[in-house]
Amino acid sequence: MTVPSGAVVEVDRLVREFTVREPVPGRRLRRRARRVRAVDEMTFAVGPGEAVGYIGANGAGKSTTIKMLAGILVPTAGSVRTCGLEPIRDRRALSRRIGVVFGQRSQLWWDLPLSESFAILGAIHRLEPDALASRRAELVEELELVEFWSTPVRQLSLGQRMRAEVAAALLHRPELVVLDEPTIGLDVLSKQRLREFLVHERRTRGTTLLLTTHDMGDVERLCERVLVVDHGRLAYDGTLSGLGATVAAERILVVDLAEPVADLQVPGTRHLGSEGEGVRQRLAFDPATTTAAAVLAAVQTRAEVRDLSVAEPDVEDVVRRLWARNRAVGAGGRPGSA
Amino acid sequence: MADLTAYRAVLASRVRAQTTYRLSFGLDLLGALLVGLVELAETWVVFSQVDVLGGLDFGGVLLVFGLSNICFSIADLLVGHVDRLPRYIREGTIDVFYLRPQPVLAQLVTSEISLRRLTRIGVGVAALVAGLLANEIPEPLRAAAVIGLALVFGTLIFCALFVSAAGCQFWLVNGAEFTNAFTYGGSYAASQPTSVFGTGLKITFGFVVPAAFVGYLPTLVVLGQPGPALLPAWLAWFLPVAALWSCLLAGLLWRAGVRHYQGAGG
Repeated sequence: MTVPSGAVVEVDRLVREFTVREPVPGRRLRRRARRVRAVDEMTFAVGPGEAVGYIGANGAGKSTTIKMLAGILVPTAGSVRTCGLEPIRDRRALSRRIGVVFGQRSQLWWDLPLSESFAILGAIHRLEPDALASRRAELVEELELVEFWSTPVRQLSLGQRMRAEVAAALLHRPELVVLDEPTIGLDVLSKQRLREFLVHERRTRGTTLLLTTHDMGDVERLCERVLVVDHGRLAYDGTLSGLGATVAAERILVVDLAEPVADLQVPGTRHLGSEGEGVRQRLAFDPATTTAAAVLAAVQTRAEVRDLSVAEPDVEDVVRRLWARNRAVGAGGRPGSA
Repeated sequence: MADLTAYRAVLASRVRAQTTYRLSFGLDLLGALLVGLVELAETWVVFSQVDVLGGLDFGGVLLVFGLSNICFSIADLLVGHVDRLPRYIREGTIDVFYLRPQPVLAQLVTSEISLRRLTRIGVGVAALVAGLLANEIPEPLRAAAVIGLALVFGTLIFCALFVSAAGCQFWLVNGAEFTNAFTYGGSYAASQPTSVFGTGLKITFGFVVPAAFVGYLPTLVVLGQPGPALLPAWLAWFLPVAALWSCLLAGLLWRAGVRHYQGAGG
């Protein structure tokens, strides 16, 4: 993949090792130190304005890479440059230019309302009063923060808090926004709002986006490029449709029927299983060839549908299939990139 | 300027948070007061058995106790909460500090203020005033100067001690007990006449962890006493040097800690 000059993120043969101490079998007090590679010779670059999904299973090395990009961790080997800066050395300069959201870690003040938190953040980033006021108004409107603007953060729902976290990370108008699991645990509506906002933010400000997620929906709606990481190595670098082509991204329709029915055979789908003698059935389909509505319509000709849900494929599932495919192709140590 | 505004806003919220539940805040204040009084009583009990300890009578020891308690409590109020670092490391909230354009230590220090220490400062002030009234003070001007010096730089010495302890916490994530030995131990050492210790401890608390500079040495100047061989009274005028040394040590330990964290990960 060609990257425009002046890349926002440049990672070159990046390696990060951790020392893990584990007990020696049979000797209770002895511990053996073992070096584990969390990130293994990773090389990629992200150009200005790109939106990149950084996906992989738990423990694949995603968060470790992000921490090295943000200046929290020192690389063991290789180099990393973010916004043209060296993250550890220029940490403070870098922090004015990037915004990071850790889905599991709050940067808001637990017992303060957003109104006060944002005033403090404005001072921390030394924003001019006018710049702060206009940006704050923008974020409040687009992320719909006004209804809980004066509520202490501890009383917010998860969806409200995540919207506030994103607003907090974007208050200083960073050119690069890194989101670590931004939609984890959110309801459908909150996810939708957050995604819409990020799309809007990119379109209006040209912000570069790098996000890790377990949710293929995030990747589909936000990213035009995908990096798949597995065991610290880059397993795929290319477009999402390219990834979809290499590993068909199936969706699963789960239907609850009014009464038990024999296993449904619907054209264009695969029957995955039935529960309760056929009251609940699971059908896999490829969204490229058919739609959930078409499958549902076909089901309704045979049985009355009480309830339904559509499951998006899990990132882990995609990665697993990608690896299976790579192994089948015999691509060897470094799987192909687009 | 902007940083001060931010600090004020955070502190105002911390003050409000601590005072919201009045009964609980009152009990916190009372608890700190009792701790201070018990320590004072401990000294008094010793003097019910002896008349002179390490060359000082009860009035003199009151001065040592007062100075060291005021300094320790102010330091505790301002930066004592840096001992929460292990919790921040375990919960990963320390990463958030790395993402902001201020030094991590500055953010940690300005994240809280421990108001319940106020009563303990009160105990220290009472002891200091009582000590000043109980003693003959040969040269009041010299005494005032050295007390001023002790309050400022003694507080700085204890602040540095807290930061040093926090720096070590980057390695010993559950080592609070160990580092408390230096902070609370240092405070205890500072509230005793350093002359009662053996040579090893005298050197330790005189020159390594300069606790003697906080209470004992200034008290010698106030009372016009020469002091023992290793710790002559005139050393008190080197309080700024002792504070500088403590800050240097704290800076090195903290830096090493931050580096270690960046090397070891969350």
